[in-house]
Amino acid sequence: MSRRAALLLAAPPIVFLAVFFAWPVASILAAGLFPNGQLDVRGLVATWTQPWALRTVAFTLALAIGSTLLTLAAGMPAAWVFARFEFRGRRLLRALSIVPFVLPTVVVGAAFLALLGPRSPVNAALAGLLGPSAPVLRLDGTIWAVLLANVFYNVAVVLRLVGGLWSHLDPRTEEAARMLGASPWRAFREVTWPLLRPAVMSAASIVFLFTVTSFGIVLVLGGPGQSTLEVEIYRQTAVLLDLPAAAALSVLQIGGIFTLLLLYARSQERLAVEGALRPAAEMARPPRTRRERLAVGGTLLGLGLLIGLPLLVLVERSFAGIGGYSLDAYRSLFSVSARSALFVPPARAIADSLVFATATLLIAGCLGLLAALVIGYRRGWLPRTFDAVVMLPLGTSAVTIGFGFIIALDQPPLDLRTSVLLIPIAHALIALPFVVRAVAPVIRAIDPRLREAAAVLGASPSRVWRAIDGPIVARAALVGAGFAFAVSLGEFGATLFIARPDTPTVPVAIYRLLNLPGGTNFSQAMAMSTILMVMTAASVLLIERFRGSGPQPF
Amino acid sequence: MSPRRHPAVVALLLATSAVVLHLSPTFAQSPAAPPQPSSPQRANPTEVTLLATDSFALSDDILASFQAQHGVPIQVLRVGDAGAMVNQAILSKEHPFADVLYGVDNTFLSRALDAGIFEPYAVTDLEALPPALRLDPQDRVTPVDYGDVCLVLDLKAFGSGGLPTPTSLRDLTLPVYKGKLVVENPATSSPGLAFLLASIEQFGETGSYTWHDYWRDLRANDVAVTAGWDDAYYSTFSGGSDSSGAAGDRPIVVSYATDPAAAVYAASPAPDVSPLGIVPSSCFRQVEFAGVLAGTDDAALARALLDFLVSQPVQEDIPPNMYVLPALPAARLPDAFARFNEAPAQPLTMQPALIGANRERWLAEWTDLVLH
Amino acid sequence: MGVLELSGVGVRYGAREALSGIDLVVPEGQVLSLLGPSGGGKTSLLRVIAGLEPASAGTLRFDGRELTDVPPHERGFGLMFQDYALFPHLDVAGNVGFGLRMAAWPAHRVRARVAEMLELVGLPGAEARSVGRLSGGEQQRVALARALAPSPRLLMLDEPMGSLDRALRERLPLELRGIFERLGITVVYVTHDQEEAFSVADRTVILRGGRVEADGTPEMLWGQPPTEFVARFLGFRNVAPGVWQEAGIDTPWGRLSMADPRGTAEPAGDDAAASVTTEGRIELTVVLRPEALSVAAGGPISGMVTARRFRGDHVLITVAVADAPDLELELRGAPLPAVGDAVSLAVDPRGVILIPG
Repeated sequence: MSRRAALLLAAPPIVFLAVFFAWPVASILAAGLFPNGQLDVRGLVATWTQPWALRTVAFTLALAIGSTLLTLAAGMPAAWVFARFEFRGRRLLRALSIVPFVLPTVVVGAAFLALLGPRSPVNAALAGLLGPSAPVLRLDGTIWAVLLANVFYNVAVVLRLVGGLWSHLDPRTEEAARMLGASPWRAFREVTWPLLRPAVMSAASIVFLFTVTSFGIVLVLGGPGQSTLEVEIYRQTAVLLDLPAAAALSVLQIGGIFTLLLLYARSQERLAVEGALRPAAEMARPPRTRRERLAVGGTLLGLGLLIGLPLLVLVERSFAGIGGYSLDAYRSLFSVSARSALFVPPARAIADSLVFATATLLIAGCLGLLAALVIGYRRGWLPRTFDAVVMLPLGTSAVTIGFGFIIALDQPPLDLRTSVLLIPIAHALIALPFVVRAVAPVIRAIDPRLREAAAVLGASPSRVWRAIDGPIVARAALVGAGFAFAVSLGEFGATLFIARPDTPTVPVAIYRLLNLPGGTNFSQAMAMSTILMVMTAASVLLIERFRGSGPQPF
Repeated sequence: MSPRRHPAVVALLLATSAVVLHLSPTFAQSPAAPPQPSSPQRANPTEVTLLATDSFALSDDILASFQAQHGVPIQVLRVGDAGAMVNQAILSKEHPFADVLYGVDNTFLSRALDAGIFEPYAVTDLEALPPALRLDPQDRVTPVDYGDVCLVLDLKAFGSGGLPTPTSLRDLTLPVYKGKLVVENPATSSPGLAFLLASIEQFGETGSYTWHDYWRDLRANDVAVTAGWDDAYYSTFSGGSDSSGAAGDRPIVVSYATDPAAAVYAASPAPDVSPLGIVPSSCFRQVEFAGVLAGTDDAALARALLDFLVSQPVQEDIPPNMYVLPALPAARLPDAFARFNEAPAQPLTMQPALIGANRERWLAEWTDLVLH
Repeated sequence: MGVLELSGVGVRYGAREALSGIDLVVPEGQVLSLLGPSGGGKTSLLRVIAGLEPASAGTLRFDGRELTDVPPHERGFGLMFQDYALFPHLDVAGNVGFGLRMAAWPAHRVRARVAEMLELVGLPGAEARSVGRLSGGEQQRVALARALAPSPRLLMLDEPMGSLDRALRERLPLELRGIFERLGITVVYVTHDQEEAFSVADRTVILRGGRVEADGTPEMLWGQPPTEFVARFLGFRNVAPGVWQEAGIDTPWGRLSMADPRGTAEPAGDDAAASVTTEGRIELTVVLRPEALSVAAGGPISGMVTARRFRGDHVLITVAVADAPDLELELRGAPLPAVGDAVSLAVDPRGVILIPG
């Protein structure tokens, strides 16, 4: 890719990020760092070295690293199963794995509390067996609940990003290693792992960024004393309006994240192995030996429990009522009864959610693809920095971005503060990194000889791209697109802090249901959550249909 | 890969720009003059903008009646977080993006007033509003609704055979209530903050038993602390979700005085007795205010909106939608609210200026006492 | 090194039976080629021997020991894949030395052996080269060196010439053969190209539809193809059904006088006695070798020349015969009939292959 082409392709995403990320964040930081027109360095350092600040940073890092490692541990076996094996319900399960992503934290908190709290089925069984003196096993309020919830949320990232690359790796390379005397584990370590590493790091980077800016789930499931950097920034900005302190923390957050991202981008370039990918049809096949069947079954069972149990709890609670199970919650959701105008008709919420998600998909999909092309095809420090910049919104506090919008976008023609458009823009800031993460490692791994072969056979460069890179990139882009859609459905990003016109989406409808007391609100919130889950799975399955027919796994 | 040979790339860029331009209302609308601070009305106002939180709601026909009267619709903008809303209004003072702000409560009032984001306006019916609620003598803001934050009880656990009903804040330090109370973190929750202020108001900072002692005792009595109202109410309070059996296990929660009424109002068939009760002496009054934002393009319409908000039809529409009580005494309450309204006549209150001056310190001290 | 024995081996993928009833014994040191059309089960058989796939029926023994529960990395077999499956993240030395590293050889021994292997396959000094930049032929050699380095007891090659150009395809099988003989290694060589199969191997097994269709030396298979399928697969063109009765064979081209085929033809495969009719008729498939036909007046076959192609040392003539498939013959020297000439062809009985059934 020539320099000129790279600049041309990179321009739209750069402009987007400059206007809707860099400028707002710079504005809010400036307001805090230069309170009286002068940079108060001593104040900055003083804030950074306060014991509570250090404690918060340490806790945030520990939580993020622990969550990332656990998510990798849970997701890698699942990625292997989905990449290498064909089995019934595979597409459905893969779509379901992304459902946790979209659920509001209060809902997930309720589900995990039901599973891990004082009234969990385990405790009920214990009480049944051992009577009132039975011990009560509870994980709520501990760091383990938060870790488990983080894995629940993020395992889909590993499953799809790692599984996506894995399914393109020629299984015969592994078989060759095995024939040369490598045990299955050794074959993985020596041959598959070096080829897989870029995707693993890719997924790990996203999971890390998500968990390092973890906000809601820490509040809901962790004990009240546990506070992350994100929570502190929220408190300083949104509650106390102490902009200098907030800016100090934000600078720390952004600076730290940016450095990590630069290192990560550097390692990605070095780790990429060309020639690892082939566009030919993959060999996903049904498990044949007993060992394989056990491995597949066991992994699926584990994944099913991890993801399925909390989801099942939510679905069950939506049907549960005073008189046993019924459809009452759903019926009352859809009926126009005399209730507060706060309640949103589900049809409206679903429509609004889908419209925003589609808009996000278009924005993030196009811009993300352009960025990924530049990052994947070009080498050097400039694309690497671009890579880090693209990922940065994921690691920046939503509060900072939201408040940045208020300060920065205050003059026409960019006064979008009251515009509906700001919502998909805010979503796209978070969704764009997903598209880049899904596509860039795949591009770097394509065998250049395939392109050369096509060229020798008489294909022009654009024809070569269409025939060789195109299908591989397109399929990877669809993985990113699925995430972009899910991100928007789940209302991530700065949208909590944006003043939105009356366009309630499903998560907003759920929040409203849970913000007022009332007999059936909770069941209705669970019913809405179930609707959200079904919507998400259906949308992702639909997006994947665009891959075209045929036995292509990812 | 130049654009000439890649029409696809060019098409993509054009399509993206087209989508962006088309969706942007800035381009879809007729161009408006750039707003200047304290400018007179726009030539052709198309709407009046109300900035509120996610808990704001009024019936559609009520909102439509404003348009019938004044010719322009109300655009409601919602921010999820009340504190964020006020702070955003403060930050955008020079270029406000709304005309009227609804929902600054007494805990944030002094900060909002000090920042000077409001334009003083005495509503036409000001005298009809009770003086106790008019906390700003300069009428920069107008009270619109109020609610009390109290200890709410799940009556199933109290009364004959169960726990004795608590009657004061102090009661909660008794051993019989060990592990029965759930409160919200005042740093992240508005009712949590109100409860903290109630305890400070009740026990004071000096004397033989201060609020520090109170909270130490509560901590020793195994008080649970959640981050927000929803997880306290729905996941930890035993009277929260309906009896699907999976609700929480604590029968006392910091919540709103309208909860007993709300439990009856939304249920069908409506029971005779509410399953929830409150401890009236624990209540802390929260008043919500609305005000015209300074620098708005259309002051006349904004003032009309503020008048509208305290008018009787609108005030009567507030309880069934927002589950708080109307500031206007003349407004009639719905049946369930009238019957089950146990809010005391003299709840605990605190001057907004006092709150504004000490809040940070109190929060820090509370965190050290209870969480560390 | 030992003997490879397969008895009753079958493989099924779901409902599809890719291999069934394979009985095969490969003595030590033999080079066996597995020949057959695509989809015939050749690769499946290799994978079963390698242990990469489980057999759904039958047993596999090597050196007397049953291999069913032995995982691939413990069998000590070498496999050279179609498309080579080189490790892209390792250089040539890393690839070739991989198996030795797995066997925990010390580094200096690995280096020495890698050099030796590269010398053997004709790529001396290529250790540090990146596999991504090798030509097709070079990749093939590296793949071979990699498979040979750990001194496997049995070496399997899956279509090793697949992606190479024609010149290499003609030269390399002989080179490989030389290497195999030098090492004395047992080899199973899979290909769909019968020229390749015959030039590399001592013995060829032809697989069709997952079953053994023929098994013999190249001379046997070429001299007397046991079935019509094999004849066609080997490239024979002049194939047609015929009936022997009364000291002659009635074919669509004409009647050929022949001795009793039961004396000359060797029974092939399963249907040796199948087609004798009650009247002393024998139903056969007749194959006329191109070199068995010659232009001679008064021959039993008459037809018209429709094509003439120069082939270096001979000319290939296509003759159309009424109500019969076209005949192809090779002529050396004059006289050469022109296109459109009516010709009469004589048949040398030594060039007639009779296949029962």
